[in-house]
Amino acid sequence: MLAALTAMLVGSSLVLVFLVAPEDADQGLSQKIFYFHVPIALTAYACFGLGAYKALLLLWRKDERYDLESYVAIHQGTIFGVLTLATGSIWAKASWGHWWLWSENQLVLFLVLFLFYTAYFMLRFSLEEGPRRANISAVYALFGIVLVPVSFLAIRLAENVIHPTVFTREGPQMTGTMFFTFCVAWVAISSLAYTLYRVELLGKRVDSNLRELREALTS
Amino acid sequence: MSSGEKYLAAAYAVIFVTVLVYVAIIAAKLTRLERETAELARLAQTRLRERG
Repeated sequence: MLAALTAMLVGSSLVLVFLVAPEDADQGLSQKIFYFHVPIALTAYACFGLGAYKALLLLWRKDERYDLESYVAIHQGTIFGVLTLATGSIWAKASWGHWWLWSENQLVLFLVLFLFYTAYFMLRFSLEEGPRRANISAVYALFGIVLVPVSFLAIRLAENVIHPTVFTREGPQMTGTMFFTFCVAWVAISSLAYTLYRVELLGKRVDSNLRELREALTS
Repeated sequence: MSSGEKYLAAAYAVIFVTVLVYVAIIAAKLTRLERETAELARLAQTRLRERG
């Protein structure tokens, strides 16, 4: 049901992006990357936030199921982080003529956030499975959440506005059709992320249960 | 194809391929889990027969 809803939302957003939303006067067709790039970036932030929240629940309630939920959320965030960097680079090349600019704080801070959470996996899999690994991973995930608002606000506070800021205090700087298309795409990407999160979490829980069953049967 | 169209196509292709690869990896893992479940079911039946 969730997968079908996601497929419908993604399909609808693609129709809106390519057939309904008008072409941008300045950037032309390449501006349409915005409709997926920004929702993907926001979803990456949300996934890291969810991972940190689940980590907090693990440390607070000592329930080991939150460890897996935190891990899967951060995994999802990393995947969406890769997509953010990739689509952002393509859009940057189309708009500014450069794949990447080290002078842009917004880009570098997102890369730092992404690399921080990539290192989460190195930390996690360097430790033996058990409560110690879960706790250390949770503390690391919680530390990383500080980088999310820093990365998000860097786009809004930067004086050098090469990276566009579309949503301002005056509201969205786009037509009503563009804004509606953006909202549908955002819901679609969020739904996609949640569907993939549920599927991956289910798979990992089944894997864990099967390992326990195998240990019980072969002991 | 203009350069804008090429970049647009490249960006959406990256998204599509990434999601496709991710779904393929999950599908492969689920196939392995299905095999493992069947193997454990056979093992459980063997144990039951040995005890019975």
